[in-house]
Amino acid sequence: MSKALLYDATLCIGCKRCEEGCAEHNSLPYNDEVAGEQKQSEHKFTVVLTKDDKFMRRLCMNCQDPACASACPVAALRKTPAGPVIYEADRCMGCRYCMVACPFSVPRYEWGKVLPKVRKCTMCPDRVEKGLQTACAEACPTGATKFGERDDLITEAEQRIHDNPGNYINHIYGLNEVGGTSVLLLSSVPFEEFGYQSGLANESMPQLTYRVLSKVPDVVTLGGVLLGGVWWITNRRTEVAAAERDEKAPSVQSEERGQKKNG
Amino acid sequence: MDKPKLTFWKFILGVILLAGAYSLLLRFFRGLGASTNLSDAFPWGLWVGFKLFSVALAGGGFTLAAVVHIFNLRRYRPVLRPIILTAFLGYSMFIVSLIIDLGRPYRVWHPLVMWNEHSVMFEIAWCVMLYTTVLLLEFIPALFERIGWSRALGLVHAITIPVVIAGVILSTLHQSSLGSLYLIVPGKLYPLWYSPFEPVFFFLSALCAGMAMTIFESWHSSKAFGKQLELPLLTGLGRVLAVLLSFYLTVRALDLLHRGVFPLLKLPRTETYLFLLEVALLVIPMVLLFLRRIHENLTGLYFCSVLTLLGIVANRMNVAITGMEASSGTYYFPKWTELAITLSLVASAFALFALAVKYLPVFPVASSVASERHAVRPEPAAPVLGAPELAVPEFTDAS
Repeated sequence: MSKALLYDATLCIGCKRCEEGCAEHNSLPYNDEVAGEQKQSEHKFTVVLTKDDKFMRRLCMNCQDPACASACPVAALRKTPAGPVIYEADRCMGCRYCMVACPFSVPRYEWGKVLPKVRKCTMCPDRVEKGLQTACAEACPTGATKFGERDDLITEAEQRIHDNPGNYINHIYGLNEVGGTSVLLLSSVPFEEFGYQSGLANESMPQLTYRVLSKVPDVVTLGGVLLGGVWWITNRRTEVAAAERDEKAPSVQSEERGQKKNG
Repeated sequence: MDKPKLTFWKFILGVILLAGAYSLLLRFFRGLGASTNLSDAFPWGLWVGFKLFSVALAGGGFTLAAVVHIFNLRRYRPVLRPIILTAFLGYSMFIVSLIIDLGRPYRVWHPLVMWNEHSVMFEIAWCVMLYTTVLLLEFIPALFERIGWSRALGLVHAITIPVVIAGVILSTLHQSSLGSLYLIVPGKLYPLWYSPFEPVFFFLSALCAGMAMTIFESWHSSKAFGKQLELPLLTGLGRVLAVLLSFYLTVRALDLLHRGVFPLLKLPRTETYLFLLEVALLVIPMVLLFLRRIHENLTGLYFCSVLTLLGIVANRMNVAITGMEASSGTYYFPKWTELAITLSLVASAFALFALAVKYLPVFPVASSVASERHAVRPEPAAPVLGAPELAVPEFTDAS
């Protein structure tokens, strides 16, 4: 039931209407200058990269199992069942672990502000909620960005590659990367050329940390038992030794064992 | 304790604190962008590195508390209190630097009520909070003794063991968790440092740091205290440190071997050099500490402890900064304001330590080492002389 975006770079004409639609929906400034910026930033959540006659969008991948959401200590970032990875600015304390954790390095920070927020594409959660498509998909005149059910879009992407194998490299980026993402990409040129990391693991990132984190209760329990036990043994030993000494030579004040020396 | 030297160091301290105060103003009134060289590509910098190693260097707190209270090796008791104080200051610095580093410092309490038990950061937040409380409880007897609250003192003594056990567990958890932070960035942290065993490495190196810090501090405290701490005691610590270091280094070597990343060391890159520096700073004291000539010599022990501490600082900085640089596609060097704030924090820690030593019974009074356990109120709070000397390491021939 989760929604996704399919971006087919071969259909893209680089008109940047998606950028504009995104800016408008997120109340961000958009003009020629912003249009010329070739990177995501705190005021530009999606960007159409241009390289010769090839185009490629970059935006938050809205991972199925997002590293940012698992990293966030206050659960300000969250994956909704509908697909978007949303951000609740009121919770965020600004530790920026999400930015470090994100395998795609997507989240941006308002460095210039005294009270900054994290900024990123959140896949128009309000629109998706209402059953509408994302602003970028709606703005796209060619269908290069398509909104729909993730499963349907995967089938469609496979079909497109199958129908036109010469047109595409045989890979749906985001199908399995880091456990799958809600943004799927098709392209005729390698994704790395546009800064997409190749060779990302297919396992989701959060389990890398949760695997260890889930041991915490065991460490607490076992640690308590072990340390308590050691203390019981060593303390008993001291007590016994002291008692024995008292019996043998009552004149010697006990307890001094072990701290002798110094004489 | 000669006057001119003192004024010189006080002057340096003043300059650092002034620069730090200005940087703080800049940070809080102009934001992180104006006061740091951090960026979207490099969101964590010097302050995170500082947090990592301030906690590591505070590792002596739980190590020595366990040694004295749990393993009942009471001969180490005289150094326990200064170490607990150091650890408490280390964690205080962690918290202060966290507050400075957070984009919205006034929300630092959020993890208390907004939970995400899948987040390593969440766990660290809780552990640090609880463990700082533990350290306070472990240190507060010094204050109670000073002001003569024998009932409160009795109360704290009564819960010592559970508190110490809680402290050891909490430390084990978050010392390793600081390494776990980086488990989620397999594609970002340079392979010389990224390892699935990062939490284990962080924990083991915190143990090493704990031992080294104890030696380091004993040396300084003996200077300040005007009395040599027993050499056999430090020799014992030095030998333990040698073994711990060799274990830690072997584990790391095996990890590099099994992950097949040794060939990376052939590349002429910054990462290679800084990795080798880190390793050298740990291997040299390890080898030296196995030599009788060194571990039975006060200066030798001190020298090795300094190297070890530097090695662990290098490790944390490498993980936090060096190792994250290549993948970020940018170059990060801290802005002077970041450095000024960091140095101010270190300087404040030294100053607070000196103050505490001056007004509280941190070091055992010369004659009462043995009877300390009974002395609810030791002799009128040892006004320890020459505390500021702590900031002035100098090599006098102590052997």
